[in-house]
Amino acid sequence: MVASNIEVWQRATVVSVEDIATGIRRIVLAPEKPAKADPGTHLDLMVTIDGRPEKRSYSIVDASATGDRVALSVFRTPTSRGGSIWMHQLAPGDVLEVTQPLQNFPLRYGAPRYLLLAGGVGITAIAAMARALAKVNADFTLVYAGRSRSAMAYLRDLEAELGDRIRIHVDDEGTTMSVAALVESISADTEVYMCGPIRLMDAVRRSWGDRGLPPQQLRYETFGASGWFDPEEFTVRIPKLGVEAVVPKGRSMLEALEDAGVDMMFDCRRGECGLCEVRVQSLTGNIDHRDVFYSDRQKEDRAKMCCCVSRVVSAGAPAVVTIETS
Amino acid sequence: MTDTMPARQTSTTHKVMPHPLNAWYVAAWDHEVTRKPMARRIADRPLALYRTEDGRAVALADACWHRLAPLSMGKVVGRDGIQCPYHGIVYDSLGRCVSMPAQETINPSATVPSFPVVERYRYVWVWLGDPALADPALVPDMHQMDSPEWAGDGLTIHAKCNFQLVLDNLMDLTHEEFVHSSTIGQEELSESDFVTTHDDRTVKVERWMLNIDPPPFWLKNMRDKFPGFSGKVDRWQIIHFEAPSTICIDVGVAMAGTGAPEGDRSQGVNGYVMNTITPETDRTSHYFWAFMRNYRLDSQLITTQLRQGVNGVFGEDEVMLEAQQAAIDANPDYEFYNLNIDAGGMWARRIIERMLEAEGRSARMAPAAPTFRRTGA
Ligand SMILES: Cc1cc2nc3c(=O)[nH]c(=O)nc-3n(C[C@H](O)[C@H](O)[C@H](O)COP(=O)(O)OP(=O)(O)OC[C@H]3O[C@@H](n4cnc5c(N)ncnc54)[C@H](O)[C@@H]3O)c2cc1C
Ligand code: FES
Ligand code: FES
Ligand SMILES: [Fe+2]
Repeated sequence: MVASNIEVWQRATVVSVEDIATGIRRIVLAPEKPAKADPGTHLDLMVTIDGRPEKRSYSIVDASATGDRVALSVFRTPTSRGGSIWMHQLAPGDVLEVTQPLQNFPLRYGAPRYLLLAGGVGITAIAAMARALAKVNADFTLVYAGRSRSAMAYLRDLEAELGDRIRIHVDDEGTTMSVAALVESISADTEVYMCGPIRLMDAVRRSWGDRGLPPQQLRYETFGASGWFDPEEFTVRIPKLGVEAVVPKGRSMLEALEDAGVDMMFDCRRGECGLCEVRVQSLTGNIDHRDVFYSDRQKEDRAKMCCCVSRVVSAGAPAVVTIETS
Repeated sequence: MTDTMPARQTSTTHKVMPHPLNAWYVAAWDHEVTRKPMARRIADRPLALYRTEDGRAVALADACWHRLAPLSMGKVVGRDGIQCPYHGIVYDSLGRCVSMPAQETINPSATVPSFPVVERYRYVWVWLGDPALADPALVPDMHQMDSPEWAGDGLTIHAKCNFQLVLDNLMDLTHEEFVHSSTIGQEELSESDFVTTHDDRTVKVERWMLNIDPPPFWLKNMRDKFPGFSGKVDRWQIIHFEAPSTICIDVGVAMAGTGAPEGDRSQGVNGYVMNTITPETDRTSHYFWAFMRNYRLDSQLITTQLRQGVNGVFGEDEVMLEAQQAAIDANPDYEFYNLNIDAGGMWARRIIERMLEAEGRSARMAPAAPTFRRTGA
């Protein structure tokens, strides 16, 4: 079916919850208006953080044929602003607001071969793809990397279902994946679908570029905010508007500016579209660029940042950034 | 199948029907799709169709990911790409962005849907449903279209009616006596008996008229093969429906009593009327047809004469079908009454209803939106 990004909101009831790996809870929902969930789809849903409604996205790990049962799996992010914690307190019978499946990461059928790459909780976006490709007997390998077996959701199910089509890398067993070796082994007609931590995906993107492989054959989905540094509190100033705001650890710069009453432009709020761009006039500290909108060259310039995801971190003195908005 | 379902639920009486999505539909003749992108709406989805440098046909959604500008107005670039005419985003043949002129990176979600395509039997077929089910083996059999044992050609009719009405028309040929009285119609048609059979995907309606005078169309064809022929003929019409919307009709006449009903057609002429109907919208269809014959294969004259002749005949159907659709829409409170002669069409409808059920969709269609016509200047 055609990929859709139109948000159709509805209510869904929690059917069951289950801890399936360290920090990861499987949550099965029964939506009011079921719709078929293709591989690569996710739901947007409303969580409550400090009494405020906020939107979060979760990949559909598996679903019934009609979509009347949809399973999500949520990692309890250690540095959470609260969304994943809220998800973890859900109990059967609870009702929440969710969208019908949304598609930003469509799987194409008919490629000569596939490599699926999942890091950590990124398996949630990849598992349905592996199952769909197995069903049509496609030539594929799933590479699944994690810190330890007990932290890797669905590991045993997938090993049983996929047999020698799955390859596992586990940090605490000393089998950490070498991105360079992996990308080196990829044939030019392979399509790659990946989802995982920013460091992993960035390393793959770099090796991919170094090898000169066709960029459109590297498909990925970003889960958003995970960055190069731990989030810190910092100060943002907009002299033109006379605004000075503190961005706490648990809020994004975009949210902090909105809280301060600045009329901000944005769309995706996850570092893809570039609409939330701000121009950096001066900087004390470093920019933790967490977007996929700018090229490496633009990131090194430190002249602009996507304030929905990117942050400022200190380098000695307290971090301060002075900006201009659009 | 759905045999456990109460009979009432598969009523097979909807006047017009939605189209199954898990099916191959012809989007275009092979020669229509070129390096210059074209627009065509197939099964209610606007498509941009073009060919890659190495000749592969491509079907992309005709709406750019950025601001939905029609890609069919764009131009092909590189080996297999197409460039949006508005702000220049370039997509490859899989609908993936390969260049965004206004920024240094490529947005990971920048894609337009790309639909599975198969080129077969001189047609470009597309699949708009679940791509995991798009098996090329499901392309309906139209092998006469490009077999060396058959020659012929056809055209496309843009029919302003629901695709199901065209199928009904082809599944019951008693209308020939009334709609096509000057060419292929004759009274024996509605008088002769017919036999209907079906399975899960196909329906067959077979009719023989023995020892009759050939109507003008068939007399001409007999004389092309047997110069100076006159006399009685045995005439056949064997309608083969293959779900959801392909109908190949084995038609012909042979000198009466020379064994055609038993299988010896050597003393006759045989044609295949190839029809495949692609829903465009709920109320319009692309009707692709051809007339193929297995005699005088080398005569382009006969190919052209037959194509033009059948085109005239089908023009008569088109008038009737549009008028029927208009009457259906103008009388929403009246139902169809289905007759014995409709058996073939009714089986086709039942198969289509079951395909819709399998897709979790209903065979009931929303009534036509009221249309307001401007009158006067
Ligand atoms: C399409 C899509 C699919 C997703 N699928 C899944 C899934 O299947 N399972 C799943 O567990 N998650 C998934 N996510 C991520 C999920 O939506 C949430 O982002 C995640 O649960 C964390 O939310 P949170 O509120 O708990 O934490 P957040 O506060 O959003 O923290 C998450 C990360 O962001 C960083 N961060 C924290 N505060 C800020 C800040 N102020 N500014 C910038 N960065 C900050 C933290 O360092 C941490 O690494 C998906 C995201 C997307 C976009
Ligand atoms: S809002 Fe899209 S990149 Fe920030
Ligand atoms: S609408 Fe196509 S690039 Fe803008
Ligand atoms: Fe007709």
